Amino acid sequence: MSAGTPQAGDAGAIRPLVRVRGLKKSFGSHRVLDGVDLDVAEGSVTVLLGPSGSGKSTLLRCVNHLERPDAGFVEVAGEIVGYRYRDGRLHELPGREITRQRTQVGMVFQQFNLFPHLTVLENLIEAPVAVRGVPKPDAVAKAGELLARVGLDGRQSAYPRELSGGQQQRVAIARALAMEPRLLLFDEPTSALDPELVGEVLGVIRDLAVGGMSMIIVTHEIGFAREVADQAVFLDGGRIVESGAPADVLDRPGNERARAFLSAVL
Amino acid sequence: MSTSAEPAEAIGITESPHRDLAAQRVIPLRHPGRWIATAVVVVLAAQFVHGLATNPFYQWGRFGYWFARPVILRGLWVTLEVTALSAVLGLLGGVVLALARLSHNPVLRTVSWVYIWLFRSVPLIVVLLILFNFSALYRTLSLGVPFGPSFFRFDENKLATELVVATIGLSLNEAAYAAEVVRGGILSVGRGQREASAALGLPRWYQFRRIVLPQALRAIVPAYVNQLIGLIKGTSLVFYVSLLDLFGQVQTMSSTYPGDVVPLLLVATAWYVILTSLVSLAQYWIERRLRAGERG
Repeated sequence: MSAGTPQAGDAGAIRPLVRVRGLKKSFGSHRVLDGVDLDVAEGSVTVLLGPSGSGKSTLLRCVNHLERPDAGFVEVAGEIVGYRYRDGRLHELPGREITRQRTQVGMVFQQFNLFPHLTVLENLIEAPVAVRGVPKPDAVAKAGELLARVGLDGRQSAYPRELSGGQQQRVAIARALAMEPRLLLFDEPTSALDPELVGEVLGVIRDLAVGGMSMIIVTHEIGFAREVADQAVFLDGGRIVESGAPADVLDRPGNERARAFLSAVL
Repeated sequence: MSTSAEPAEAIGITESPHRDLAAQRVIPLRHPGRWIATAVVVVLAAQFVHGLATNPFYQWGRFGYWFARPVILRGLWVTLEVTALSAVLGLLGGVVLALARLSHNPVLRTVSWVYIWLFRSVPLIVVLLILFNFSALYRTLSLGVPFGPSFFRFDENKLATELVVATIGLSLNEAAYAAEVVRGGILSVGRGQREASAALGLPRWYQFRRIVLPQALRAIVPAYVNQLIGLIKGTSLVFYVSLLDLFGQVQTMSSTYPGDVVPLLLVATAWYVILTSLVSLAQYWIERRLRAGERG
């Protein structure tokens, strides 16, 4: 489990799995991320909170290079994401290298984004077979295990449209896990779900946390955040205004905006 | 205003307390207008069919004589050849143009845009006639560096048989329209699909081939079949570049047998209807196969 937030450049400290430094990103003239620094320890759960437009989804999407930062960098497992550091400068990586880096990081989206023309099984084995070269029978067996883990074994031949939102999101989690990532990113995984389906998805994520999976989760489920997070981070206006143990951030926020937001959502 | 007992009384249910309202049959509303319209249409249709069958003007005997004559079938074969080649080449060209228009490269984007704009602006018959007269404009066609050495050299006069001119003209035209059809199909696939496949580490070309294209095809197929039907009928223009397709043979035979003009035109009509019907049938089958995932 995480020992809070290690200080950047701590000599002798275990290198965190994810290091974000000075991350900036603008869409047009709108600055979405304005210098973000963040560490995520291996095996820990970090929850990103904040009002909409605060930059939490963009921060998450920079971690697997779905967004290109304007300045600063994200490092996962000791490698800078999307760039190579050489001769004191950052050089953009070719697509093939970015693709390789992404295989280490799984992502679960708000809208599930399952492939509608493929069955549940095909959704799960597509990437392992195509990218990692896993033999198909092995991938099929693995898919069965993962589906059992998210409580959907036996639904292999269903198409996504035949499943409820909660089931689709659990398949999406299984699909991300099929690549055996070192880190899982969740972008508001329960925001598109009917209230009665939220619990089943949170249950799966909770099991992953207990199993020691490294995760960064953007969510508005404050109760869930308090329960599973090792670290809670509150963003506002593209900056981290509050971070630390969930109890401190959620229950005794020092920042004015954080206090207002949390009292509104609780 | 009303107490709880009143509404039931108001619609008269209490008048027949013995009858169970839930067991009543519903009497459907009559639609006399529909019956009148149906009668008018049926009469008109019957008159038309009667006219077709009995009017000696159509000369159905001659129709039977010409329908499967070798000269007509030769023309039909040319029509099929030109259509098939142009459909395939046009679609390939359309995919390339669509990808160019969606690319990040501004030069490719512009070139693709200009091409589509140009070929959608110029009538097909003009394109065909320009190509037909190409040998007068360019005596040789060579592939190489502009103003520099050339690698290949074709003698235009040998290259340009009527079939080649017709196929090139139709393909160039078809590609411009197909490009828009394909582009629309690709854009109809949500951005989340591409992001999800990128996040899984699928390579770009693989994302396009396995995830985006199969979903885009659902939007592409109906629109492209429409396009294809236009192409089948568009091939009748190749007559003007001396290629004897179905329509060309009908025209030639008409000038030799002036009395058979109408039955010959009916023969052409029948064959075009048969061809487009076969294409529509193929569309039905393809769409059914692509619908996997929409229903069980």
